[in-house]
Amino acid sequence: MAKLTIDDLKKIKEKVHKEMALRDGDRRVKVTVHMGTCGIASGAKEVMDSLLEEIESAKVNDVIVTTSGCMGLCSREPLVTVEVVNQEPIKYEYVNPNKMRQIFKRHILAGEVQTPFVLAKGAEIVK
Amino acid sequence: MLTLADHILDITENSVRADASLIEISIDEDTGKDLLKVEIRDNGSGMSPEMVKKVLDPFYTTKTVRRVGLGLPLLKDAAERSGGGFHLESYENSGTTVKATFGLRHLDRQPMGAIINIMIILIISNSDVDFFYKHRHNDRRFEMDTREIRNEIEDVPINHPEIIKYIRGIMTQGLVEIQSEA
Repeated sequence: MAKLTIDDLKKIKEKVHKEMALRDGDRRVKVTVHMGTCGIASGAKEVMDSLLEEIESAKVNDVIVTTSGCMGLCSREPLVTVEVVNQEPIKYEYVNPNKMRQIFKRHILAGEVQTPFVLAKGAEIVK
Repeated sequence: MLTLADHILDITENSVRADASLIEISIDEDTGKDLLKVEIRDNGSGMSPEMVKKVLDPFYTTKTVRRVGLGLPLLKDAAERSGGGFHLESYENSGTTVKATFGLRHLDRQPMGAIINIMIILIISNSDVDFFYKHRHNDRRFEMDTREIRNEIEDVPINHPEIIKYIRGIMTQGLVEIQSEA
């Protein structure tokens, strides 16, 4: 591969501008991977990596990814919250890269909540 | 925590939660002195002198949802285990600097791990925060500054997949060029 330079950024910018004109990237789903000390120590980083890979290979642009802190349920980490617009957030427990891929394909893309992995429904307060 | 990258992600999340707008992560591999230095500096809300004294206590935390706070104590322990040291400096309303040194070739030094993935995770999930990554290996240096990237891409979001691919690309190249061995 040729060496990447700042000029490549300019090309990327132009390419993205063209694509942005073609489609409106509305936010449909927000995925939160809990990244407290407990989450990181139990594998949240690997879960996040697999989620980012799935998003890239599915080429979706309406899924936003974010991280949050510990919510006090350290023993059930890694935790992932999936919020589909206008639906109640679903919180998954003991997530690993495989479960994350399944949640992405079945829940985020196809809309089927993966009940066996669900910890709870509804929002929480992170402090 | 199995790798230094895990620690870096954890400590940097503290900076994000302290409302930092710029977080500098420096890694310095010095083979001559057999030292590996990791420094995380933010311009967040900082801590009072009383709080600085307490944060290394594993039973101190600012959170109310649980009673332990292990991020900083775990990093301090990992550094000391490899014959290194730990230093914390913080001033209210100006920011916090966490420095940890490790014995570069010490048997008990944790491996660096997936540092590129960590930077990508941080940038994607905190697109309003700027990150300045500096990595030195003896006399070779690599730097990645999201402020510079932002200047170039104007209104394209920094967490756009194409930009992330670019950042992953320059970081992979950079770390190969400086022949990072941590």
